[in-house]
Amino acid sequence: MSFVAIADRDHEHALHDPQTFIRKYIWSQDHKVIAVQYGIVAISIGLVALVMSVLMRLQLGFPHVFSLIAPDDYYQYITMHGMIMVIYLLTALFLGGFGNYLIPLMCGSRDMVFPYMNMLSFWFYLVAVLMLVAGFFVPGGPTGAGWTLYPPQSILPGTPGASWGIICMLASLAIFIIAFTMGGLNYVTTVLQARCKGMTLMRMPLTVWGIFMASILGLLAFPALFVSAIMMTLDAVVGTSFFLPAISSMGEVIPHSGGSPLLFQHLFWFFGHPEVYIVALPAFGIVSDLLSTHARRNIFGYRMMVWAILAIGCLSFVVWAHHMYVSGMNPYFGFFFATTTLIIAVPTAIKVYNWVLTIWRGDVHLTVPMLFAIGFIFTFVNGGLTGLFLGNVTVDVPLSGTYFVVAHFHMVMGVSPILVVFGAIYHWYPKITGRMLDDTLGKIHFWCTFLGTYAIYLPMHYMGILGVPRRYYAYSSAIDFIPPSVQFANRWITISALFVATVQLVFLFNLVWSYFRGRPSGDNPWRSTTLEWQTTDTPPKHGNWGKDLPVVHRWAYDYSVPGAEQDFTPQNEPPSAQAPLTHDHGAQT
Amino acid sequence: MSLSAAYVALLTGVVVWALLVRRLRARPWEAQLVSGGGDATGMKMPAAKVGLWIFLAVITSLFALFMSAYAMRMGHGHGGDVHDWHPLAEPGVLWLNTGLLIVASVAMQWARMNVARGNEKRTHDALLMGGLLALAFIGGQLFAWQQLRASVAFTPRDPALAFFYLLTAVHGVHLLGGLVVWARTLVRMRRKDVELIDVRLSVELCAVYWHYLLLIWLALFTLMLTT
Repeated sequence: MSFVAIADRDHEHALHDPQTFIRKYIWSQDHKVIAVQYGIVAISIGLVALVMSVLMRLQLGFPHVFSLIAPDDYYQYITMHGMIMVIYLLTALFLGGFGNYLIPLMCGSRDMVFPYMNMLSFWFYLVAVLMLVAGFFVPGGPTGAGWTLYPPQSILPGTPGASWGIICMLASLAIFIIAFTMGGLNYVTTVLQARCKGMTLMRMPLTVWGIFMASILGLLAFPALFVSAIMMTLDAVVGTSFFLPAISSMGEVIPHSGGSPLLFQHLFWFFGHPEVYIVALPAFGIVSDLLSTHARRNIFGYRMMVWAILAIGCLSFVVWAHHMYVSGMNPYFGFFFATTTLIIAVPTAIKVYNWVLTIWRGDVHLTVPMLFAIGFIFTFVNGGLTGLFLGNVTVDVPLSGTYFVVAHFHMVMGVSPILVVFGAIYHWYPKITGRMLDDTLGKIHFWCTFLGTYAIYLPMHYMGILGVPRRYYAYSSAIDFIPPSVQFANRWITISALFVATVQLVFLFNLVWSYFRGRPSGDNPWRSTTLEWQTTDTPPKHGNWGKDLPVVHRWAYDYSVPGAEQDFTPQNEPPSAQAPLTHDHGAQT
Repeated sequence: MSLSAAYVALLTGVVVWALLVRRLRARPWEAQLVSGGGDATGMKMPAAKVGLWIFLAVITSLFALFMSAYAMRMGHGHGGDVHDWHPLAEPGVLWLNTGLLIVASVAMQWARMNVARGNEKRTHDALLMGGLLALAFIGGQLFAWQQLRASVAFTPRDPALAFFYLLTAVHGVHLLGGLVVWARTLVRMRRKDVELIDVRLSVELCAVYWHYLLLIWLALFTLMLTT
C-alpha cells in the first residue's frame, strides 16, 4: 500500500463545519475549541489553588488573628495547592491548552491527526478535575499528605484524608494520565506527520519544539506516576504491601509488612523530575518566540536551541534522585545524581544566553508579552541559581525541608512558567478572540505580579538559610533558633501574596472585558512570521486554512532581514527581491 | 529504576538518531527548495501507525517501570531484616495461556498476510481466530487467578503474589483494549459497504499490537518464573 503524506492528500479533506451548538462548542473535535476548553478548566481549578494559598498565607502571617483554617485544613490546602498547580494547571494549560491551539496552526495542518481522541482527552481531563474536587466532599476531606504523597503517612490514620481523600487523589491522577496519554499521542503524531509542505523539522518555531519534546517526556514519565498510584491504591484498599513496611500506627501494628517507602519515592520522582521539564520546555519554547517577535530579531542560535531542548529532555530522566538526598538511599547515588544535575544546567544555561543574545541590540518593543518574557528570564535565572545550591548534596542536606526549597521551586517552576503563561495569553489572545487585551491593564498586571512575586519569594530564601522548616502550620515561640524577624518576614510575605492574588483580578477582568470591548486585532497584530498569524480568518475557522494549506518557504525567524521591505517576512512568503532570505545578504545568526 | 532509565535513554537515543539527526543538520536560515511532500511532511507512514508505535513506547515505559518496581521490591524483600519475598508457585495453566497467546499472534499474522493478498474470507477467519484466542487467554488468566485464590498461601501481603495479580491485570486490560479495536474491525469487515482495503490498516495494526503484547507477556512470565 503506497502511502501519501497528509499534506499531499489535502484535496480529499472535506471540511464538515460543525453546525449545532453542541457539536461546535461542547462535543467539539476542533483543536482550537478543545484548547479553549482545556484553558478555561485549567485556569478555573488554578484559581481554587490560588485561593488555598491565600488562606495558608493568612494563617502563616497572622497565626493568632485569623482562625480560618485548622491544622488539618492547612495540610490539605498545601497538598491540593501543589498538585493542582503542577499538574492540573501548568501541565494541562501548556500541553492541553497551548499545545492544542498552536501545534496545528504553527505546523500548517487542519487539525490534530486524531481529533476524536483529542476530544476524549479533554473530557477525561475534566473527569480527573472533578474527581480531584470530589476529594473536598468525601468524609475526611482531601488528602493532606503533601503533594508528593509519600507513604506510609499518606494512607495511615493521622494524616487528613487518609481514607477517602487519598483514593480520590490517586484515581484523579490515574484518569489525568489516561487523558494526557491520549492528548500526548496526538501532539507528537501531529508534529511528526501533519506538517504542511516545506515545514521541515528545522523550520518549526521553538514553541512547537518545546511542546513536542515536553509531550514525549510526559508520555514516558507519566507511567511512573501511574504505576505508583495503582500500587498505592492497592496498598490502601486491598492490603498489599508494596510500599508499606511493618510499623505501628496509633498504637496498633498495621496489617502490612515488608514494603518499601523508598520504592515509592523512586517511582514518584522518576515522574516528578521530568515533570519539571514537561512544564519548563513549553515555557522555554514559547518565550523564545515571544522574545524574537517582540525584539524584531531572529532567535540567536536556533540549532543550538533545538539541541538544548533535546538534551534537556534526555537528561531530565537521569536526575530524579536529587530530590531524595536525605531519603536514606545509597550515598553513592547522591554523587551520581549531583553530577547529572550539574550537567543538565549546561544546556539550560545555553538557552538563557541565547535568549539574552536574541534581545541584545534588538529593536525591543516593550509590549506586555515582551515584559512577561523578560520577567521570565530574570526569574528563571534566580530560581536556577538556587538550584545549584540544592543540586549539591552537601549544601542540600542542611537546606532540605526549609523555606529555601519552597523559594527555589516556586521561582523556577511556579512563577517562571506562570509568567510565560501570561505572556503567551497576551500574545495569542488576539488570534483566539480577534481582539487585543488592554495594554494599560496588562502593564499594571505585569509590574504588580512581577515585583510582587519577588516580595514574596526573596524573604523565603532568607528564612530558609535560617533553617525555618516548611510545612509548619505555626511556629511556636519554643523553637529557639527562629528569630522574631521571621515572623515579620512571614507577615510581609502574606501581605505581598494577598496583593499579588488580588492583582490577578485585573487580569481576569481584562480577559472578559476585552472579549467584548477590546480593540479589534486584525490578522497579525504583532507583525509576526509564524504560520498561525497568516490565517485568512481571525479567529481561524474550522479547518484553519480555508481552501488550500499553506506552503512554507523559510524558517520562523526572518525578522529585520537586510533588504526586505518589512521587518518581518512570514514563513509562507516565497523568496523574492522584496522578501529575501536571511542568508542572501550574508547576515550572520 | 535503572532498567527504566536505560529504556528511556535507549528510546530517546533511537528517536534522536533515526529520526532527527539527519534533519537537525539543516541550516534553516539558508535557501532551501520546497520539496513536494515526502520529507517535508512527515514520515512515510500512516498517522495511525505512527500513533500506535508511540503508544507502544508508552506501554513499554509502563511495563518497564512495573518490572523495575518488581525487582526493587524483591531486592528489598531479600535484604536487611525483611525476608518476605517467597517465589511464587506459578499455576501450570499459565503455560497453556502462553501457548494460546502465541497461536493468537500467529493467527493475527496470518490475517495480516491475507489482507495484503486481498483474500477476504481468510482474513476474516484468521482475524476472528486471533481475537477469540486472545479472549481464551484472558479466560485462562482468570482461571489462574482462581487457582491462586484457592491456595492456602493466599494473602495480599505476599509481594510476589500481589505482583502476579497486578502485572497480569495490567497486561489483561491492555489486551482488552486491543479486543475493542478488534471487535470494531470485525464489525466493519462484515458491513456490505466496506471493502477489504478499508480495514487493511486496522488489521495490520491489530497484528502489531498482538505481537507486542505477546512479547510483553513473555517478558513478564519469564520474570515471574525466574524469581
